Amino acid sequence: MLLNRKYVPVLVTFALFALMFIAGSFRYTGFFSLQVLMNLLVDNSFLIITAVGMTFVILSGGIDLSVGSVIALTTMVSASLVQNLGWPPVVVIPLVLVMGSVFGYIMGAIIHYFKIQPFIVTLAGMFLARGLCYVISINTITIDNAFYTKVAQTKIPLPGNSFISISVLIALIVVAAAIYIAHYTRFGRTVYALGGSEQSALLMGLPVAQTKIMVYTLSGFCSALAGVVFTFYMLSGYGLHAVGLELDTIAAVVIGGTLLTGGVGFIAGTFFGVLIQGVIQTIISFEGTLSSWWTKIVIGLLLFVFILLQRVLSARKATTIKA
Amino acid sequence: MKNQLFKHHLFWPVTMLAALLLFNLIYSPDFFKIVLREGHLYGSLIDILNFGAPLILVAIGMTLVIATKGIDLSVGSIVAISGAVACMMISKGADQSSLSLVLTAIAAALGLSLVLGLWNGFLVTGAGIQPIIATLILMVAGRGIAQLVTSGQIITVSSDTYEYIGTGSLATLPFSIFVVAFMLIIASLLTRRTALGLFIESVGSNPKASLLSGVRSSVVILAVYIFCGLCAGIAGLLLSSNVSSADGNNAGLWYELDAILAVVIGGTSLNGGRFYLMGTVIGALIIQTLTTTIYMIGVPPEITLVVKAFVVLAVCLVQSEAFRQSLVRRWKTRHYPGEKEVVRRAS
Repeated sequence: MLLNRKYVPVLVTFALFALMFIAGSFRYTGFFSLQVLMNLLVDNSFLIITAVGMTFVILSGGIDLSVGSVIALTTMVSASLVQNLGWPPVVVIPLVLVMGSVFGYIMGAIIHYFKIQPFIVTLAGMFLARGLCYVISINTITIDNAFYTKVAQTKIPLPGNSFISISVLIALIVVAAAIYIAHYTRFGRTVYALGGSEQSALLMGLPVAQTKIMVYTLSGFCSALAGVVFTFYMLSGYGLHAVGLELDTIAAVVIGGTLLTGGVGFIAGTFFGVLIQGVIQTIISFEGTLSSWWTKIVIGLLLFVFILLQRVLSARKATTIKA
Repeated sequence: MKNQLFKHHLFWPVTMLAALLLFNLIYSPDFFKIVLREGHLYGSLIDILNFGAPLILVAIGMTLVIATKGIDLSVGSIVAISGAVACMMISKGADQSSLSLVLTAIAAALGLSLVLGLWNGFLVTGAGIQPIIATLILMVAGRGIAQLVTSGQIITVSSDTYEYIGTGSLATLPFSIFVVAFMLIIASLLTRRTALGLFIESVGSNPKASLLSGVRSSVVILAVYIFCGLCAGIAGLLLSSNVSSADGNNAGLWYELDAILAVVIGGTSLNGGRFYLMGTVIGALIIQTLTTTIYMIGVPPEITLVVKAFVVLAVCLVQSEAFRQSLVRRWKTRHYPGEKEVVRRAS
């Protein structure tokens, strides 16, 4: 066997991404350029960061519904501290990152110690974070702080007359770090083991409690970081920012080939899962006549295809083991 | 006797609802006042029932799905689709108030809801996909479909006949209450007077064992998802007819979460195997009363979310075995000052 079967979903994701991009290039003039490719990263950097955190949670067999709200809360807290209280960004950014991590830590601790389903706990977290946004303010807070506008407008030139933003750089660093953590550290291996079977992981003497809580902390941190990037992107704080983002994130992770039951999947797959969503949106905007709701329908269809594909693959694996 | 009362599954939900209502009564003495004006009953309690009707409906369907250890995330989208289809068909008609047109529209909307429920059920039993993922597909795509039906706009209808469903009244009470009561009675009769309820619970606690003992798990699961789709469809009709318009974007947004919350508050465990329809109804009423209360005290309505978060957490913690045990442990040690000493000597 030339190719390990566990890479098949990731390769399918990548092939699909390449195919969609090529199809778009043939169909629309001006589609095939480095800048269009780079814009996928520029417009989706916050989604990439969130999805990386979500991948760890899903790999461990859980789910985190609070990510979108934590992003909104981060933009809101950053905006109010910087704009209304005049705090320097050097203090605010680390502060919101810590806040997101603590938020995730608390959810993880409740999930683990009180044995409540992650779905419900993170749902409560989602309500809480979204509600806290409105406690701060019901209106949009626009940021005109010099540091934030500077970061938002900085373009890093690339060969081929294209550019990326600082947010893209942050997202790429997060992806690289996540790949390292997932595959080359003890923590990463424990996450996979936990998702495979919590009982077995416990019996093997792996630090289940610590890992489980860490996974949610990591997701909280990623959401907060995505929130910081989102603040750069929007230059405002608003309680309605990133509504429904948790769905986009989960969809990206699933399209990336990660099994929602846990234990199987790759960070790289998630990365391309996000890019596929970006390509769909780009194609729809290039098409011009198609409306935005087609994005949702196509993503729903893709979800269906990928879930079915995984189902077929895992069913085949099960029969080979039996035989 | 006293213990039995505490142990009854409706004890905590009812206590919570009573506490909320009591708070309202103290805050505003005429909260319970119901007046008869022009043949209609008016009052906060009637409003809670009326506005809570769609949520109760969705939650009833959700209860049965959760009882089979499943979950249906797509109900919010089905609510939007059903309202969109009905309003779109009525708005295309020449005479919007004609009874036959409205009935056809309702039939089409409910038929589509049944099909969507069947789709969910098929994915769960036929394709063997985890319920949370299987219904996630329709949750994402369904919202797009609803927007496709309405072309991304808010469709308004001016049909007296259609409006009756959501705003009309029968025997001085809002018509929607009767719709809910009808569905609740059907669901209770089917599950508690026939073996169906037992089948649902057995499939929820152990699908394999129930299959081996002769219960057709797949048919049972298919049936509950179809029923859940139907409930969501009716809720969509109630909602859209109440405001005489369909909004593919926002109708039924977050309904799945509220419905799951209502089910959990009502005492039905997400682990399946047991369900309490009355508990769910009370759970939904608690959520609606909470919203009304928050509006009434004049706190910005956005704060509702924060309160809801704490309610969810409190309810889940109370239901969590681990949490109760840790509380009991702490309570016991408090009455036993020398415990540390004894433990050290003993070991």
